[in-house]
Amino acid sequence: MADIKAPELTGEIITPKVTPGASKGIMPFKAKPELMEKVNFPAEKPSNWKELFLKKMEEILKKYRSVRVFLDECVRCGACTDKCHYFLSTGDPRNMPVHRQELMRSVYRKYFTTGGKLLGNLAGARELSDELLEEWLTYFYQCSECRRCSVFCPYGIDTAEITMAAREILDATGIGSKYNLEIINKAETIGNNLGMPGPALRNTLDFVEEEIEEKTGVPVKLPLDVEGADILLVTPSADFFAEPHVLSLEGYAKVFHQAGVNWTISSHASEGGNFGMFIGNYDHMKTINKRIWDAARDLKVKRVIAGECGHAWRVLYSFSNTLNGPFDFLDSQYRQPSHICEYTLDLIKKGAIKLDKAANDEFSVTFHDSCNVARASRMGETPGDQMTIPREIINACCNKFVDMADDTIGERTFCCGGGGGVLTDEMIDIRVKGAMPRMQALKRVKDSHDVNFFALICAICKAQFTKIFPIYGIEMEEVGGVHQLISNSIQLGAKEGV
Amino acid sequence: MNGLSTVINLLAYVTALVFVVGFLNKVILYFKTPNPLLIPTTPAPTTTMGVVARMIPEVLFFRSLLKGGTAEKVLWVGGWIFHVTFLLIVLRHLRFFTYPVPGIIMAFQGLGILAGLLFPIALLILIVRRFTNDRMAVITLFQDYFVLILIIAIGLTGLLLKYYVRTNLVDVKAFILGLLTFSPAQLPDSPIFLIHFGLVLVLLAYFPFSKLMHAWGILVSPTRAQADNPREARHVAPWAQ
Repeated sequence: MADIKAPELTGEIITPKVTPGASKGIMPFKAKPELMEKVNFPAEKPSNWKELFLKKMEEILKKYRSVRVFLDECVRCGACTDKCHYFLSTGDPRNMPVHRQELMRSVYRKYFTTGGKLLGNLAGARELSDELLEEWLTYFYQCSECRRCSVFCPYGIDTAEITMAAREILDATGIGSKYNLEIINKAETIGNNLGMPGPALRNTLDFVEEEIEEKTGVPVKLPLDVEGADILLVTPSADFFAEPHVLSLEGYAKVFHQAGVNWTISSHASEGGNFGMFIGNYDHMKTINKRIWDAARDLKVKRVIAGECGHAWRVLYSFSNTLNGPFDFLDSQYRQPSHICEYTLDLIKKGAIKLDKAANDEFSVTFHDSCNVARASRMGETPGDQMTIPREIINACCNKFVDMADDTIGERTFCCGGGGGVLTDEMIDIRVKGAMPRMQALKRVKDSHDVNFFALICAICKAQFTKIFPIYGIEMEEVGGVHQLISNSIQLGAKEGV
Repeated sequence: MNGLSTVINLLAYVTALVFVVGFLNKVILYFKTPNPLLIPTTPAPTTTMGVVARMIPEVLFFRSLLKGGTAEKVLWVGGWIFHVTFLLIVLRHLRFFTYPVPGIIMAFQGLGILAGLLFPIALLILIVRRFTNDRMAVITLFQDYFVLILIIAIGLTGLLLKYYVRTNLVDVKAFILGLLTFSPAQLPDSPIFLIHFGLVLVLLAYFPFSKLMHAWGILVSPTRAQADNPREARHVAPWAQ
């Protein structure tokens, strides 16, 4: 790992020459048989794996219009070929979205279309083989499901849908990613991705309370499992212990404290993240999501608010209502989850919290739109508010804010390089490379505006950037959360009523 | 009616059937395949009317393609001119399918002929970019060239018929109207016409089984066709309850 070298930071994102096999060999560790069985997949690849593979693929083609239509309608126009961060940084043609999809499309032709059955190779059809499986495991795990390609596709073909389907097929064939399945197992059995049991969580929250009181002198509470609280906060478990995540947790707590509301965290649903989505498995996604709604029901809360996490927000905002709704038991005003940024900005606008911008004067801030927030969900009333709301918050609590280049933010934002279930050590090489386009855009605002605070609203982004910033020669302390900036600047006690 | 005419007439009916049934089959297949989750690429409209408003510029002006860089702009020019000229050419051809010919179709002829001339140029752009760019070269398959060459051949034989080896239009019209009225008529005595017509049949028969189904797919692609409204309504698909 020590020999991982970052691409040079020039500020430019240049489309590379095609280099076949450039990122071959980078793939996730396979899950052991015991783990596979725990999460209801075949323990290992059986001799009749082709049957299992095709059976699952047929099932997906019947269940998902997205997969069926996307496999049929691609005209190979090439608009996506230079849009993926993994292609831009490796030049491996299999990291061009269309060519990644081709790994599945060629199988689709061979076994599910007349032309492919009749004409074989000539029609671009490909037979199942161990070699193909290896390519699937490699390149469907070098996709972070960020959906950037789908923005530029004239038909909206979303490689994330194909990647999720491919991972689901691999799992059904007995080939799973250790990292993703371990996390799913922990979330389903213990309640969070870290496998932190309730008592440990309480200890951690006590520690955070002490930290806040030490720094501010104000006894801000972080309640756990409080029945009858108004708000259930569901946040990625990394917020409970990782740096800089925990500083945003302090921010949420201070916001709730100033708002004067009763809120709580749940030990049963102490995780906002949902890795079921990453592997395209509907049942796991539903099971993990269900814990949140069970907790909300049991604790009799009025509303659910999500902490800073990109894919968690996608599942909560876009999928929850389908997976486990309707949520009639919640307050009629808040039947659907809110994002902490929506909540905080609303309080700022009402004047319910006071912010001292000067507290963040040491920072020149830029904001990284997380892919799942920017391209797979919404905040606020109007489409696109998911871009403006976090920026409004930053501008309310900081004097110096600058955006990165237009083609690298908003709906065109670049993935951090670690999303979609690749945030694991064995993938570090592709993670470092994949961050390249984002890092180049950052380099430009560092040069022009001395940016030294990289504001995020995603736990995976935070973990990824703290890991790779030093490899790019940037201090990891420059990575932070939006609510970390709020935490720095919020005036505790200066309340003028809500 | 000679033997060849009988064969071509029959082939035309079979092709029409294959096209219509094949196309409808895909339409029904897509319709029957559920969308278990809401997956619009956001920011997305929150209402059905909004989705329609999003879709119109996608279909008419390939809006998403315009978000790309220089390569996509070149593709846009080639692709857009190709689609529009194809449409104009088809409309112009209606004069062979109607009797009497409505005035509006006659008014169209000049534009249609201009389109016929631009058509091969647009296709040339589309084909050249496939082998002059290293990324395009990697992703391009046999069928991508096949369909481009097929359409170019249709265009060129059409131009030949118009400018060099003119066919007796009365015969052409009699043949086409014969097909349409189910009273098959003699094939015009013109090898180029036969090739032109035959290639069109190949295109129609190939259509439903190929990437050309993007013509319908674009309308049902969930990332563009869904409203972003999980807060307003509960989205439920049959299997995903």
